[in-house]
Amino acid sequence: MLRLPGAGPRTPGHLISAADLSRDEAVLILDTAEEMARVADRPIKKLPTLRGRTVVNLFFEDSTRTRISFEAAAKRLSADVINFSAKGSSVSKGESLKDTALTLEAMGADAVVIRHGASGAPYRLATSGWIDGVVVNAGDGTHEHPTQALLDAFTLRRRLVGADAGIGRDLDGRRVTIVGDVLHSRVARSNVLLLHTLGAHVTVVAPPTLVPIGVERWPCEVSYDLDRVLPESDAVMMLRVQRERMNAAFFPTEREYSRRYGLNGERMGRMPGKSIVMHPGPMNRGMEITAEVADSDRCTAVEQVANGVSIRMAVLYLLLGGNEPAVTHSRLNAEENK
Amino acid sequence: MSKILIRGARVLGGEAQDVLIDGETIAQVGTGLPADGATTVIEAEGRILLPGLVDLHTHLREPGREDSETVLTGTKAAAVGGFTAVHAMANTFPVADTAGVVEQVWRLGKESGYCDVQPVGAVTVGLEGKHLAELGAMHDSAAAVRVFSDDGKCVDDAVIMRRALEYVKAFDGVIAQHAQEPRLTEGAQMNEGIVSAELGLGGWPAVAEESIIARDVLLAAHVGSRVHICHLSTAGSVELVRWAKSKGWNVTAEVTPHHLLLTDELVRSYNPVYKVNPPLRTEADVRALREALADGTIDCVATDHAPHPHEDKDCEWAAAAMGMVGLETALSVVQETMVETGLLDWAGVADRMSFRPARIGRLDGHGRPVSAGEPANLTLVDPAYRGAVDPAGFASRSRNTPYEGRELPGRVTHTFLRGRATVVDGNLA
Amino acid sequence: MDTSDTSETGRIGETGRTEGAGEAARPVLEAPDIARALTRIAHEIVERAKGADDVVLLGIPTRGVFLARRLAGKLAEITGRSIPVGSLDITMYRDDLRLRPARALARTDIPGDGVDGRLVVLVDDVLFSGRTIRAALDALGDIGRPRAVQLAVLVDRGHRELPIRADYVGKNLPTSLRETVKVQLAEEDGRDTVLLGLKQPAASGER
Repeated sequence: MLRLPGAGPRTPGHLISAADLSRDEAVLILDTAEEMARVADRPIKKLPTLRGRTVVNLFFEDSTRTRISFEAAAKRLSADVINFSAKGSSVSKGESLKDTALTLEAMGADAVVIRHGASGAPYRLATSGWIDGVVVNAGDGTHEHPTQALLDAFTLRRRLVGADAGIGRDLDGRRVTIVGDVLHSRVARSNVLLLHTLGAHVTVVAPPTLVPIGVERWPCEVSYDLDRVLPESDAVMMLRVQRERMNAAFFPTEREYSRRYGLNGERMGRMPGKSIVMHPGPMNRGMEITAEVADSDRCTAVEQVANGVSIRMAVLYLLLGGNEPAVTHSRLNAEENK
Repeated sequence: MSKILIRGARVLGGEAQDVLIDGETIAQVGTGLPADGATTVIEAEGRILLPGLVDLHTHLREPGREDSETVLTGTKAAAVGGFTAVHAMANTFPVADTAGVVEQVWRLGKESGYCDVQPVGAVTVGLEGKHLAELGAMHDSAAAVRVFSDDGKCVDDAVIMRRALEYVKAFDGVIAQHAQEPRLTEGAQMNEGIVSAELGLGGWPAVAEESIIARDVLLAAHVGSRVHICHLSTAGSVELVRWAKSKGWNVTAEVTPHHLLLTDELVRSYNPVYKVNPPLRTEADVRALREALADGTIDCVATDHAPHPHEDKDCEWAAAAMGMVGLETALSVVQETMVETGLLDWAGVADRMSFRPARIGRLDGHGRPVSAGEPANLTLVDPAYRGAVDPAGFASRSRNTPYEGRELPGRVTHTFLRGRATVVDGNLA
Repeated sequence: MDTSDTSETGRIGETGRTEGAGEAARPVLEAPDIARALTRIAHEIVERAKGADDVVLLGIPTRGVFLARRLAGKLAEITGRSIPVGSLDITMYRDDLRLRPARALARTDIPGDGVDGRLVVLVDDVLFSGRTIRAALDALGDIGRPRAVQLAVLVDRGHRELPIRADYVGKNLPTSLRETVKVQLAEEDGRDTVLLGLKQPAASGER
């Protein structure tokens, strides 16, 4: 026996990894988000559901987009929102995560939405016993970003299946291609896991330097050839590629990268008729995506932002709305009809 | 002078015999030795008597990091683990790169009295890898340093490594290399492979270790020196050492207990207690390391005992310090992984944990046979004991063990340092 | 997981209405009774709303929605005009959210012209504590400002915990708190009936 027992990654009652979600839980989140999306069309875009609950946005990394998305979601559910920006050079040692957590606990945080530069920090927060509240991973290092994957899945379902027709359904058989810096991308990791869980067929495309060693165990295919994969893609998700990677010799030049792996109008033209182009943002126009593609009707980048609020409302509601969470929880089906 | 009679112990796991200790030496080994005249009689039926264990790789942290360990607490932990000699690594503050620092450590060891402390000298000044430290002065000091290592850092410059290997030939020294190609391990957090790909932690590839080992065994052969490879952790490293030995080159290697037992699957918990350098590897690596230790390709077990204060582990993975304490659990882990699997008998354990490490370190008075006239450095083990590891009971100042709560076999009941009991009935004397 | 099951959410203070009807459950209304009750309610709505020109029917999921649609059909027969009908999910407005696990949401579907200035008739299957209707009024308030709100229910079983009453009642059914009332409708359950049963003792440990 080589392993210690009990070292699994499951974290009931929190949302840490897309891998923790079963197919039914993921569909429940998408269905709930669909109802949340309709609230945005009402004159009063607010629900009383989380009144009296405190949600802390604990951001150790700058990410205005993700933070305001969570903030809007929590506020639409009437939760009190505290934004805690812990970014800064003073926060380099780990004690600060623990001490910050203890502070939030003392303040009575019901949920902590955490963005952290270190992979595993949300898992650590959820399992360390430092806090009692619900932990939602808003992106950790190069590990995962599960709510991004959920909003991507939501966008895919709306576009490829239909907003109403999609209720209760997954992404069975849809072909999704994820292109770019898979190695450093938490978005890619979460999407591969979640989209696979939802029945989609996922292919990641990147230069070999930007595909992690060990990818062979991921539930997806790997290709180095974008042009071969494009005609068979119902959706192409372009990942942001940081120019700094060039300096670490992951690829020779920006120009070469975008020639081989960037999406331009000509390449988009070879995608199937109703297929879509996705981007988690912020986009590097001219790098992984041309302006022509980014501004086309097929690009869902803006829609993804709107969907992000609905998904995060759904996640917060399902984790915080009851006396116990309804997702990442094995007792989901029990006692529901009372 | 006190006389101690150990009655009915299985010497090196063989037939039950009596061993009489008179003063600092073993007076008699045989059956039916009379108890009269002995000041203490230890009924040791069912227990294993081993030569005192020797650790080639211990971090005692003093001077500089007395918050995690001191020479005194570290040697106490060593005694509890059955060790009678430890090699204190050089990465202290200040670095043990001068005769002054190694003599200080050596003197602190003398004062502790629980375990002999043989200081290891740094290869390069400040472990910076740029200029050779005064290796000769450290050898000529009271500490009589014979093992040199920049452990914690790799001597990655090929020329510096070559010069060091050549230079220590003058006094039969050995360079103990921490094999880690620095560029390949920038930002490394764990073994690079299936688990790191999932967890999104920076990869520490096996090739970063193996490429340095390959270079260094070739260098050692070229200049006719001996080289010792610290904490081998991969199957590929085993192959390289096996190949070098088959050439007749003067290469020795060690493996840590944790690399014999634990795999990178544990990192899924993101619990920094499993963060160590070199990192925990795969099951296939663990298997290869066990086999290599059994067939002698790997010469010895070395603990890489690396104490860290609680706050350096009670944090997120990336911010945590690397290393595990190991002195107090080493023999139990070896029993579990090597003896109970049938890979090694107790004579083999004596060889890998006492005879060979003492020989590599050119340590006098340790790693000697259990026979009349030899120094009475002895360890008595109860192999039938089973118990959960409880860090609260550690003699070490630090608690960063990966085995907390885990049941491990075997317990050191007595340790004798030159005839004086440092551990009695499992407790410090 | 059958998602239709989880969307069949329980209601405030009405434990045992859809579940827990023991073997002793007996029908108190059959399909023709239900049809007759709905017809009568439709006529009452037309009468009270003076032609039902501005009526919007909002059913409370799940079974209230089916009842609202049936009522809309009957109103269309009577008035010759199509009556706007929708659904109003009250889950997010419940006052007992924290007593149980978070539950799946049902659809809120407001007819195109909205509810502002209209006469909204809320439709539900059973009126019990009144807490569901309290939540529905809150939900409605966030959607618009109706001219007036009325309530139609198939069964009123009594035991109100709030000052709420129904404007249209299919059947008043005096019950004890130990009894359960279960409405079954063809659209959801395959048949139309109302069952009266006895609560199973300590079925779930909740409450």
